[in-house]
Amino acid sequence: MTLEFTLSGARDALRARRISSRELTEAHLATIAELEPELHAFITVTPEQALAQADAADAAIGRGEGGPLAGLPVAIKDLFCTKGVKTTAASRILEPFVPPYESTVTANMLRDGAVFLGKTNLDEFAMGSSTTTSAFGPTINPWQRRGSNTQLVPGGSSGGSAAAVAAGMALASTGTDTGGSIRQPASFCGIVGMKPTYGRCSRWGVVAFASSLDQPGPFARTVEDAAILLGSMAGHDPKDSTSVNRPVPDYAAACRRGVKGLRIGIPREYRADGTPAEIEALWNQGIAWLRDAGAEIVDVSLPHTKYGLATYYIVAPAEASSNLARYDGVRFGLRVPANDLTDLYEETRAAGFGAEVRRRILIGTYVLSAGYYDAYYLKAQKVRALILRDFTDAFERVDALLTPTAPSAAFGLGEKSDDPVQMYLNDVFTVPASMAGVPGISVPAGLDTDGLPLGLQVLGRHFDEETVFAVGAALEAAAGFSARPGIRMEAGR
Amino acid sequence: MASASAALDPAAVRRIARLARIRLADEDVAQLQTELGAILGWIEQLNEVDVSGVDPLASVGSATLAFREDAVTDGDQTEAVLANAPARSGPFYTVPKVVE
Repeated sequence: MTLEFTLSGARDALRARRISSRELTEAHLATIAELEPELHAFITVTPEQALAQADAADAAIGRGEGGPLAGLPVAIKDLFCTKGVKTTAASRILEPFVPPYESTVTANMLRDGAVFLGKTNLDEFAMGSSTTTSAFGPTINPWQRRGSNTQLVPGGSSGGSAAAVAAGMALASTGTDTGGSIRQPASFCGIVGMKPTYGRCSRWGVVAFASSLDQPGPFARTVEDAAILLGSMAGHDPKDSTSVNRPVPDYAAACRRGVKGLRIGIPREYRADGTPAEIEALWNQGIAWLRDAGAEIVDVSLPHTKYGLATYYIVAPAEASSNLARYDGVRFGLRVPANDLTDLYEETRAAGFGAEVRRRILIGTYVLSAGYYDAYYLKAQKVRALILRDFTDAFERVDALLTPTAPSAAFGLGEKSDDPVQMYLNDVFTVPASMAGVPGISVPAGLDTDGLPLGLQVLGRHFDEETVFAVGAALEAAAGFSARPGIRMEAGR
Repeated sequence: MASASAALDPAAVRRIARLARIRLADEDVAQLQTELGAILGWIEQLNEVDVSGVDPLASVGSATLAFREDAVTDGDQTEAVLANAPARSGPFYTVPKVVE
């Protein structure tokens, strides 16, 4: 029954007392128990905590109280610190870590009455596009190719959060997006994923990867549900100096605005060589849907698009190498005993970091090192300025941009894992918006010939999430995407 | 931009790992030399971009940072701070002896 509910539908049913939060939470825990051995979407499941929160929510609703998320069972990416519940970032080096504090985003959700089912799997330290770099094993996509039982990746880095929502293990979930880590897995798993403007959600208590890019955001099965969840997650936080002090609008209301009179830009540089014909065709279909809904379609140019990935793979590793210096075996996390302090650092970090994280720390260390800083890091910061200017110029002419989310559907477990650069190319359509800090959403819009979901991406101006939601909702209405993954509770397998 | 493939000999890989305080096994050095060389070679496409007169952009966040009163906002959290310490002695973290 868990896939039959949307977040908003469950909220209405709870308020009308047609169902209790305990019933809803037990149903989700049962779905998790059934599917988890196959999907491995979670690192930690917290049934006792969830049921206690559900009972508290039922009591609050019974008193006529309860916040916007009261009694709604959701899942949390294991990158958000949760007080008293271990938070690993999918890394051996944080495996023993139990935060004594709560991240601001999850605290906001608890304030609004949410029920936390557990902590979801991810690429180690959110570095990856497949959730295969997790130290605790990969998450499997609940979708399969028609007539095939080949295991597919859910995308990444927030692959556990995306798979959990797609399979009905949670009504919605949180993710973080640094170069596409919400939007790409949403596309691969046939659900909605939203990366807000940099600064919209607090990063306080979120394990840091690349601090100038990281941004929390929601996953859900509908655009409205994502809007509802973002409304709780967002808000000013004095503990994050990059968090912006401006009111949180009614994002759910924005979903009903329509697109009549909006100018939608189609960036010509996103017609990249090698993009599969069916992704091009879906994009063209999306353009037609928005035109039919009353939008004006405008060709635009984002000339530095092709340099987005290379810029990202200097900036993000540079920031990561600095952020991850804190894992030294002294204050928290793993420690490998050694006879002197340097050995302790080096042995702990060798044992604690996986191959992809190690690669990125080394790249970051190199591009920041004496003699190479100007050639790599400073150059990348200048190209980043040009990428931002591309978007600023485009948004003088249009209200939003429409592109594909990813250059492929979900791929097989083990594919693309031999060559880091091939894996990085997954984020070709999502990284430029990350570099510019603008908001973006991925909406499931169709299936490929194998029956796998494909997403379309809508990008908007800084802090104009409302237009992004409006355009996303229009695409959702036109697409009428109702397909469900093969691996689910109700499939009668 | 320096030619990455030439720059990354085994000694360079070891030097970077030393700076990053990550111990490398001997058998890892050759593989990392290949992988890091490929990534840095791919990144060199940025040489094509003319950035003359462009100011570097470190972050897209607001340019001005918020000020707050210079006052103590928290404290007396010794046990919470030390709760995850791999090794401790009273209110202190402990590490291997560094001074003889």
